[in-house]
Amino acid sequence: MDQIVSNISLLFEFPVVNLKILIDGLMIGALFALAAYGLALVWGVMNVKNLAQGDFVIAGGYVAWWLAGLGLPPLLGVPAAFIVMWGIGWVCYKLVISRVIERDLFTSLLATFGLAIMIAQILNLLFGSDTQSIKLPYDTIYLADGFIDIPIAKLIGVCMAAVLATGVIIFMKRSRMGQAIRATAQDARAARVMGIDTEKVYAFTFSLNSAICGAAGAIIVMVWLIQPFYGITYAIRSFVIVTAAGLGNLPGVIAAGLGIGALEQYGAHIFGIGYQQAIAVLLLLLVLVIRLIQQRRKRQSLQ
Amino acid sequence: MTALRYLLYAVLLVITVLAPFIFPDFRTQLATLWLMIIVALTWDMTGGQMGYNSLGNIFFYGTGMYVAAVIAIGLVYDVGVYTSASGGGINEFTPVQYFAGIGLGMLGAGLFCAACAIVIGYITFGLRGPYFAIGTLGVAIAAGELVSNWDWVGGGQGITLPVYPADLDEGKLFFYYVFAIIGVVLFIFLKWLYSTRFGAAINAIRDDEEKAEAMGIHTMRYKLTAWALAAFFVGLVGAISAFQLISFEPLETAYQTINLGIFMVVCVLLGGKGTLWGPVVGAILFHLFKEITWNYLLGWQWVALGALIVVTVVYFQDGLMGWLMHRKPGWFGIRIDEGSDGARK
Repeated sequence: MDQIVSNISLLFEFPVVNLKILIDGLMIGALFALAAYGLALVWGVMNVKNLAQGDFVIAGGYVAWWLAGLGLPPLLGVPAAFIVMWGIGWVCYKLVISRVIERDLFTSLLATFGLAIMIAQILNLLFGSDTQSIKLPYDTIYLADGFIDIPIAKLIGVCMAAVLATGVIIFMKRSRMGQAIRATAQDARAARVMGIDTEKVYAFTFSLNSAICGAAGAIIVMVWLIQPFYGITYAIRSFVIVTAAGLGNLPGVIAAGLGIGALEQYGAHIFGIGYQQAIAVLLLLLVLVIRLIQQRRKRQSLQ
Repeated sequence: MTALRYLLYAVLLVITVLAPFIFPDFRTQLATLWLMIIVALTWDMTGGQMGYNSLGNIFFYGTGMYVAAVIAIGLVYDVGVYTSASGGGINEFTPVQYFAGIGLGMLGAGLFCAACAIVIGYITFGLRGPYFAIGTLGVAIAAGELVSNWDWVGGGQGITLPVYPADLDEGKLFFYYVFAIIGVVLFIFLKWLYSTRFGAAINAIRDDEEKAEAMGIHTMRYKLTAWALAAFFVGLVGAISAFQLISFEPLETAYQTINLGIFMVVCVLLGGKGTLWGPVVGAILFHLFKEITWNYLLGWQWVALGALIVVTVVYFQDGLMGWLMHRKPGWFGIRIDEGSDGARK
């Protein structure tokens, strides 16, 4: 308890600590937002709640790490993971997801949970259970008398995340396929009547989601650590973000992602690093309860 | 027909009693099988009969373990001192203390878990469908993480309980029979419960909650009661598991979200949701599958298990009993007119 109080008072005594936590949080949040956007896409378009989201992220990270081990320049790992995970996502769609779209939502939740276990265990068998990361040969920028350290690698990672997010937004807005995806999300039957091959749209959407996650994972392996069983926390964070922001609300997803990154860093600072996972989950419960109270006011239930 | 049915039950009861003597090497395995049957049956109370698919019932298992352990230790020692010593030095329990610990621990665990179910349920039962599943999963994960940071109950190290105070083989037999008795009692209780007005009410909630509410059923009261009953039994088996396993830690044993927490759901789906025998049959099939893959697919067992989950959920969701009911409706007392295809409920 004393520890917690002294941690909080530290925030007020040295305002620059706030800045450091905030910058760290926003950097992490940018990557959470990327994975969450993929989830929002799949959830909104085909009504599948993908619990394997986090494991796609980790799998993308391992693809980049493995290729870097073979001599590929680390920064090229991001597009490589994007492409490989596109393929894996397509296979997952054809084998599993395409058969659960029409079913009730608990089915998709459980099926993707099974998928998540399989991916995590296969990664564990292939690469072992140690934590892995790619060391980038860049310096660290120091600000405010060395209080704030920003590794250039992290900066590059955040920029790549921003480029990817912008690319996806422009694609969804401008391209023909993006239009078809948005039309299917609005009303799948009407879209079919208008001649859109919704089956193709679903397959494309799920592959795109998996690819986005893969790229996010490839960035994460450059700036933090990955481990086969870290996936579930990314899945939970994606759920927190999407539940808080709502579907089809991209600016909301990005804002919620950044906010959750920052909140988590603050929580870890105040309560200690051991509570970081618990804080992510408690945030989910908090968001669910807030949404529940909002719905109750309208005499509806959250479904 | 009824005479045949009673004969069948009698045979099963005899098998239950004799099983640990027929397979003396598998006593712990058989006890675990009963554990799976119990958690599957309790999961089906809300998941199959009431339509609320919880992924967080494992919360009650872990909480039961911890409550029972704290009670059993608290009867004799100071809990904080005991856990910080982690079994070194102060680990002496007389048989009387040990069995009093088990008895009171089970009772306390069951009641505490039922109370938890009412409190958590009051919040989470406003959530429907997948949100309920995610919300309860969140509760279970959060509980595990918080307990693993709580030094008074041993933190991430967990708790080491005393071993069975007599012959260890006798201990295995003891734990088997405790599990078996709870399982049989639970089965008879559920068979009675599902035939009462209460059973009809929770089925109505599953079929259409709004209409049930409109018909004057206090849905919240029924939902809380059903979950509290399920939690009571899960808490009981959690308490015995704690003593059977001797030492346990929060994330992998007590709040084992991705092991037992998901296994119980798969058991029910494999056997058939919303039937009385489904969870039992499913648990037996699942346990067999698990033990066989664990023995013969070393390293790949988890992948096989994930594949089993995916295949069950995607291709075989009605489960064995659902499939039988579809093929042989007469066995279940469902009569259908010629030419109609209303065999499915």
